[in-house]
Amino acid sequence: MGGSVSIPSAVSATLATTVAPRHSALVRVAHWLTTLCFIALLVTGIEIVISHPRFYWGETGNVLTEPLFRLHIPSSRALVPTGYGYVLPDQNGWSRALHFQAAWFLVLTGLLYLISGLLTGHFRKNLLPRKADLSWRALSTVIAGYLRFKRPIEEGAWSYNVLQRLAYLFVILVLFPLVIWTGLAMSLSFVSAFPASVTLLGGQQSARTLHFFVSVALVLFLLVHIAMVWFAGFRSRMRAMIAGRAGTDKEPT
Amino acid sequence: MSDLSRRKLITTGFAAAAGVTGLGVAARLAQKYGLVPPDSGGIYGLGETLTYASQRLLTRHSLAREFSRSQISKRPVPNEMPPLKEPFKRLQAGGFVDWRLSIDGMVSRPASFSLAQLKSYPSRSQITQLACEEGWSYIAEWTGVPLSHVLNLVGVQPQAKYIVYFSIDPDWWESIDMADALHPQTFIAYGLNGDELPIGNGGPLRLRLPRQLGYKSVKFITHMTVTDSLKGFGKGLGSAAPEAGYTWYAGI
Repeated sequence: MGGSVSIPSAVSATLATTVAPRHSALVRVAHWLTTLCFIALLVTGIEIVISHPRFYWGETGNVLTEPLFRLHIPSSRALVPTGYGYVLPDQNGWSRALHFQAAWFLVLTGLLYLISGLLTGHFRKNLLPRKADLSWRALSTVIAGYLRFKRPIEEGAWSYNVLQRLAYLFVILVLFPLVIWTGLAMSLSFVSAFPASVTLLGGQQSARTLHFFVSVALVLFLLVHIAMVWFAGFRSRMRAMIAGRAGTDKEPT
Repeated sequence: MSDLSRRKLITTGFAAAAGVTGLGVAARLAQKYGLVPPDSGGIYGLGETLTYASQRLLTRHSLAREFSRSQISKRPVPNEMPPLKEPFKRLQAGGFVDWRLSIDGMVSRPASFSLAQLKSYPSRSQITQLACEEGWSYIAEWTGVPLSHVLNLVGVQPQAKYIVYFSIDPDWWESIDMADALHPQTFIAYGLNGDELPIGNGGPLRLRLPRQLGYKSVKFITHMTVTDSLKGFGKGLGSAAPEAGYTWYAGI
């Protein structure tokens, strides 16, 4: 506090309390918890796939049946015909344990975020597209802006445009629920209580294949998300999501 | 320190204390109702406990999905090589007539069963899926005697909490809680797809647990112990799986 020379401390304190943060504390905490969980889920998910890099459709699938497709990578199991002359070390034990633990934290964080987001109006204010923005003209303006690589520094620093809103809502309300559903549908015990959760997906192996595809979609979102943050101004966006303060990359002097 | 931040600190302190107390109460309740798995001590213990506890609350009595004959996989995967060690080979040479399954521990009448004896009890069949932690699976028709039938014969004592079961392969042993042990689909299986259980699939005797992953369905079982604590077995984590880095509960 004492470091500020040009602004009296009383004024800066008023500013700090009256100016709402770019992202609420809850959004920021949920964002980074989700990030942490997602990285753990991704790394362990890859490790689990390595033990059987083949995918099937229907209820069953194994080395004696024809796969829908297979990943051309080495495996951590000698039983899998990969075409590689070596077998990778088995990492499934800790990978599975961490995968499920991270999934629990992700689900709990997600629930907290959903409930508080509904109560505080976060979804309505920040994520639900405004009616006027859903016209083709408004949409094409935003798309054209992206195609021209226009840096959305000023307006983008304070609220999301319609494409961002649609993308975030799709990830939150479609991809995450789907990845959780397809994951649970692989659990023998879970589906014993809720058999429709797996039959609706076409079987246990279909659930596994869909889990893989939804995960790929989430990774694609992550890559585009990081690219856009970089493009919009990495430091200002990171500051907004860590400390809550918005603004441009230019530091106040 | 201003009044505002002091009030905030006190509130936060109270909230934290309430949270810790709440967790403590939750932990004690979970322990009391048997919702804590034996391998809950490690860094993944919290996730493990959440999974096992919620599965126990939701799926205690639910039945594994059963399939139609037409869904049976053409070739049931033998997976691992049969143990070619001396004790197994000797019994195999004798056509497994000397194979025994002994049951001891917290039972009123410890007993040792031959294959013929087990086959003389009312047999049941189930067409269920066997899924491996690696991701593959197959469907087969398993025939055997429900474990609950045999447990009734030996008379399980009321304080029993777990069944520990051992393969002839000394590195492979597992345990289950009483909910799984008394579950109607938990079999001592000796038949597969209308035939003898092949050695590659665990013959002559395999514990079949269709609501958990394949590694809990121990092949070549010879011995079971009924107990109220898993502390005295191996490293006390419940089974060989946690000692190899895998989870004790494998319903997910």
